[in-house]
Amino acid sequence: MSAPSKSHSLPADAATEEQRIALDRVSKVFGRVAAVRETSLEFIHSRIYVLLGDNGAGKSTLLRMMAGLAQPTSGSITLHGYTRERMGYMAHASLLYDELSGMENLRYFAQLYGMAANTDAVSRCAGVMSSVALDPALATPVRDYSQGMRQRLSLARAMVHSPQVLLLDEPFSNVDAASASQMTALLSKLRHAGCLIVLVTHQLSVVKDVGDEFITFRAGQLISSRRRGQLRPTDIIQ
Amino acid sequence: MSASTNSSGAILRANLAKDLRLEWRSKDALNAMGFFALLVVVIFALSFDPTAEESRRIAGGIFWVAFLFAAVVALNQTWAREMRNQVLDAYRVSPASASALFLGKVLGNFLFVGAIEAVVAPLFMVFYNLRPLGPAWQLIVVFLLGTWALVANGTFFAALSLRTRNREVMLPLLLFPISVPALLSMVEATTTILAGDGSAGMWMKMLAGYDVIFTVAGLLLFELVMNAE
Repeated sequence: MSAPSKSHSLPADAATEEQRIALDRVSKVFGRVAAVRETSLEFIHSRIYVLLGDNGAGKSTLLRMMAGLAQPTSGSITLHGYTRERMGYMAHASLLYDELSGMENLRYFAQLYGMAANTDAVSRCAGVMSSVALDPALATPVRDYSQGMRQRLSLARAMVHSPQVLLLDEPFSNVDAASASQMTALLSKLRHAGCLIVLVTHQLSVVKDVGDEFITFRAGQLISSRRRGQLRPTDIIQ
Repeated sequence: MSASTNSSGAILRANLAKDLRLEWRSKDALNAMGFFALLVVVIFALSFDPTAEESRRIAGGIFWVAFLFAAVVALNQTWAREMRNQVLDAYRVSPASASALFLGKVLGNFLFVGAIEAVVAPLFMVFYNLRPLGPAWQLIVVFLLGTWALVANGTFFAALSLRTRNREVMLPLLLFPISVPALLSMVEATTTILAGDGSAGMWMKMLAGYDVIFTVAGLLLFELVMNAE
């Protein structure tokens, strides 16, 4: 993978002090199973939050609720200074059409966000693709991409409309070490440009140097929240 | 930068273009639908040996039942693509309207089913030795209205059955009963035109009314269906 291009996705407008997402006693229950229990958190702009925990801990459900894909059973999620239109969401699945090329996928999703099918939009999509080290001229359908390429394209799709908030579910799964390091460098740049990033990962070692806060869940409950400097070696091993 | 700055028309065109491109590359729906419709027509042609008069009486029923079943294949495919890799979630988080997605799908399915009809209908006429005794141009109107009735309704109910465990089974169970008034109108209008006895006007008006009601209902209710958890 080549070095990330300088034409990466940056939020168009600067973050303001008021920009934050507040979760107030949020719970999500599926049948008899409580996926998320009474969680209160605040996510502030220009930071990278890392959600940690075992499978089934409720991290992805929390992210889906923040993206507006699921409604909390109780509690509330309030956006201060943000709109859902300026959120980018990357799921565990690729959210891409296998039969289309990377560029065709990005151009389609750009149109959903109001970017007309003109040369500006094309160059914007090409820039975002380059920022994740993918060749915009690659005509191969996504079904022939490697898993790592899919992950990077999926990240590009989430960034195509210059979001102010990025919600990323397992962005580094099946990505090689070099690609993961380039992706974290890109996320770090976005954070410095004012973007709020909330990511779910099992690979703490990949993000331990870029994450600002590390929030751990267990069985749907918030267990701990630590700043980067407060991380313990056992956290990284877990 | 929001979808409101872009017209719903542009998003509708983007959805339609994407669906046409996906189908052109995979040909999943077209191949399955074409093969199925042709098979039904050929089997019926070989099973019966009707006179020209009998053919005119039964052709409408055979043709539309064949296409009702064949359309189900395309309708299941259309949403299966959106569920693969959970792409529908990417649409749901975007500010694009649900109605633009629904209408794009209906138009796409209309083109797919219409294309297969355009190929199979002439063969059908040859197999059954049919020559319309009524105004032939009305057959085209019935085909357009009938196809729209099948796909507008079918696209909505296919979306409704999207998250059910056996969606392939569920779609016909939901779609066929509600399509009975449309199917009756299509068959009666087609038979009347082929036999040349009387006017098919009433059946065509009924079909047009059915199209308007179910298209509007689909547009109004689709957002609820799409965002159901």
